[in-house]
Amino acid sequence: MLKKYFKSSLTATFLLMVLLNAFNTKAQSISDEVNSVHGYFQIDAQYYKQDTLIGAPIVPEKMLSNAFGNINYTKGKFSAGVRYEAYNNVMQGFDARYKGQGITNRFVRYQDQLLDITVGNIYEQFGSGLLFRTYYEPGLLFDNSLDGVRVISTPYKGLTFKGLVGKQRSFFTVGPGIVRGFDGEWNINETFDTLAQNIKTKVILGGSFVSKYQPAENPDFVLPENVGAYGGRVNVIRGGFNFFAEYVQKENDPSLANSSIVGGKSYFSYQQGDAMFVSTSYATKGFSILLQGKRIDNMSFRSDRDASLQNLLINYLPATTKQHTYLMPAYSPYATQPTGEVGGMLEVQFKVPKGSVLGGKYGMDITLNASQANLLSPIHIDDSTTTSKLYRTNYEEFGGELYHDFFIEITKKFSKKFKGTFMYSNQFNNINIVQHNTPKGPYKNVLASIEVIDLTYKYKSNSAIRMEIQGMQRDNNDTLNLGSWVVGLIEWTPNTHFFLAAIDQYNYGNPVETLKLHYVYFSAGYTSGPHRISLSYGKQRAGIFCVGGVCRTVPASNGFAISITSSF
Amino acid sequence: MKKIILALLVVTAFAFTSSRGDGDKIPSSIVKKLDGSKINTNTFSNGGKPIIISFWATWCKPCKKELDAIQENYSEWTKETGVKLIAISIDDARSAGKVVTDVKSKGWDYEVYIDENSDFKRAMNVNNVPHTFLIDGTGKIVWSHNSYTEGDEDALYENVKKLAKGEALSH
Repeated sequence: MLKKYFKSSLTATFLLMVLLNAFNTKAQSISDEVNSVHGYFQIDAQYYKQDTLIGAPIVPEKMLSNAFGNINYTKGKFSAGVRYEAYNNVMQGFDARYKGQGITNRFVRYQDQLLDITVGNIYEQFGSGLLFRTYYEPGLLFDNSLDGVRVISTPYKGLTFKGLVGKQRSFFTVGPGIVRGFDGEWNINETFDTLAQNIKTKVILGGSFVSKYQPAENPDFVLPENVGAYGGRVNVIRGGFNFFAEYVQKENDPSLANSSIVGGKSYFSYQQGDAMFVSTSYATKGFSILLQGKRIDNMSFRSDRDASLQNLLINYLPATTKQHTYLMPAYSPYATQPTGEVGGMLEVQFKVPKGSVLGGKYGMDITLNASQANLLSPIHIDDSTTTSKLYRTNYEEFGGELYHDFFIEITKKFSKKFKGTFMYSNQFNNINIVQHNTPKGPYKNVLASIEVIDLTYKYKSNSAIRMEIQGMQRDNNDTLNLGSWVVGLIEWTPNTHFFLAAIDQYNYGNPVETLKLHYVYFSAGYTSGPHRISLSYGKQRAGIFCVGGVCRTVPASNGFAISITSSF
Repeated sequence: MKKIILALLVVTAFAFTSSRGDGDKIPSSIVKKLDGSKINTNTFSNGGKPIIISFWATWCKPCKKELDAIQENYSEWTKETGVKLIAISIDDARSAGKVVTDVKSKGWDYEVYIDENSDFKRAMNVNNVPHTFLIDGTGKIVWSHNSYTEGDEDALYENVKKLAKGEALSH
């Protein structure tokens, strides 16, 4: 039924696009407005070889591929788009429910000064996303778009209202719950621009309400069919100072995500949820300081109470830890704990000026970062009259440590040809909770010291050799966590079109002698304007791959891979 | 049914495989200034001089390398050609607070906007960052490039100079 609906609506969209295109060409000459068809696509495929040593399984299909293509059509105030996705079958490390192919996204939109109306798949965010955020991240196959209607209105300068309703994408269909949301934002300075011209302090206020509806069909429980969540935010900016704070609450929302198992029986939690996110910074040329804090208590918010993993999330809970890009510091990344955590981050960045002793001819960039996340400290209240498990938390007490990261990075250019980045990070990670969501799991906590040296030698104006050396020292007696690593990488870009790279990740600290393995990986690529093709061959270790704060686990693999991206 | 859709998709794709260099205007999207106010991207202008639009993120190493490399010669570039660089951050709520601190501590002299909901990113068909566009003096998108390797900034500037002189571009 749903599939049918998807297809027919899609055909209509397409016909509309093609039709409009037809009389488009005629209108072109008389109008100067945007009138275009554009898009982008990406194709990834991998050939898998079994490798029992690194734990790469047999893949019956031998070759797996993920592909998608987006086409957007714009004509003046009108735009429309579709996305086609194909998984034959989905690559290792992604949710196997991405199976087959089809149109997964289509929309039609009209925008003018007063109104902005979209029907179809919608990406939207209220405030910092604590209550509502739908987005698409192809690298992670994350897509929780809202299939429905959205209206944005700006009735007066500085005032923005948003309203939306729909169901969320879940693989090739939509989830069972209806999501409704409303958001208002008031930029006070924009409203009173003539009066407030000389006022240096800028204030923006916002408030949102989001509610979901899902029929309750479980006769064993009294489940709320409607769950509401609401909150407010404030942003104050003056000169280099920026202060942002958002606080949200959610009504009781018993779900799989906040249920707990006691004595072999599963209990739902009827606890209310709340979350707070504060970000404040001061920045001036050559110096900045950023302080972020957040507290989350039972804020997993999904449009299906039985959903798990990354499926059907309505909101987004940002992690307040450093986002790493080098391999070793990103080995055990942090992920926000929606059931409960308190955390914060302090970052100082500055530039040692040119001409000083340390700065030399080109100056030097220094980043210092410290972040920490802990559990809450809940006190359980057993309620014997119902099956609900309720608990109390307070703002003063923290629970056990989940994660910390103390980090320093220095970037320096030594000469016109030679520059380098030097980094050190000390990380703690409660692997059981942060990565496996099993508080009593078999993993030991990990404390790691990580060093990175990244050197670039630009031997001609568009030719360079880059080299990375990374080390990570961890407890070497820990079989499950694989112990210590050292990494070497060399990358050659003979011109701006080609690159060649080789990487060796050596697990020298593995407590099992036969598993002290080299994971060697080669890659080559060609880029021309917006088109890029890359090939790679070798062994990849199992790990966690993150983009923009959401992570997925990637199993070990051995084989040949190809990736093509292009936009037009 | 599926085949029809696919066929349509392919046909449409091939019909328009001319790359982003075919001279479209900048599409309309709302992005946020660092002072919190909003601006429509179709109002980007530089008084008849070329514009570079660079999509980046605070967590993207190559993006920051590219913007650092351009910053070194940015004052020369603007003097010689009048070019202006507009840096569009695609950071989400987690890292949007870091945009202003990165920009200031790095000392970048660019016009910086935050595209927190990725509206402009989608409208410009950006898949991965860094992705760089060139806009000519009449506001038309005439060139684009994905990814960054050492020396890309020199190739970019060659194109900026050609644009400033009104010559045709190479990819």
